[in-house]
Amino acid sequence: MMNEIIGCFFLTVGVLFNLFGCIGLHRLPDVYTRLQAAAKSATLGTCGMLFGVFIINGFGPTGMKAILAMIFVLLTSPTAAQALSKAAHRSGIRSWKKQGPGESREEKEIRENP
Amino acid sequence: MIQALMYILIVCCIMCLYRIYAGRTPADRAVAVDILGIIVIGFCCLLSVSTRKDYYMDIAIAWTLQSYIAVLAIAKYLEGKRFDE
Repeated sequence: MMNEIIGCFFLTVGVLFNLFGCIGLHRLPDVYTRLQAAAKSATLGTCGMLFGVFIINGFGPTGMKAILAMIFVLLTSPTAAQALSKAAHRSGIRSWKKQGPGESREEKEIRENP
Repeated sequence: MIQALMYILIVCCIMCLYRIYAGRTPADRAVAVDILGIIVIGFCCLLSVSTRKDYYMDIAIAWTLQSYIAVLAIAKYLEGKRFDE
């Protein structure tokens, strides 16, 4: 009973981290900031959910598979995010800049559609 | 309880699908596909807890590796390289 309560706490925290990461993916203005917000928080949230499954099921087959999936997520997700940011940088996407005081409409158009 | 968490994850999936639909650059869409793959792993966790079956964890492991390889291939394609270099 106690491990189910603690496991459901970890599941809830993981789902909330996923939600915050997706709000960042939805709201931020640039591919680099979106990657920054979404990749890290989604990794931590999913690892929290897998750890919750491990706590609920104990050292059985399901718990060990959850630990294995957690190791894989921790290894692969930051690597994929780094490869994506490098590819975006090399394909010529510029980073977002805040609008200055004397910016014309053409400069704003260029800034918003790189 | 588990059902409410599933609804929250469905909202996350809809946000990612909107970003795939409306992203300005191809890199935005690739980022959204990556995050969508990670969210599906979390969905497998919730299904495993609610149905007490253990094969959802097998699906989670396989989905992790498949999503990783898919995102690396998309990154190579964005960079303008061929797949064998």
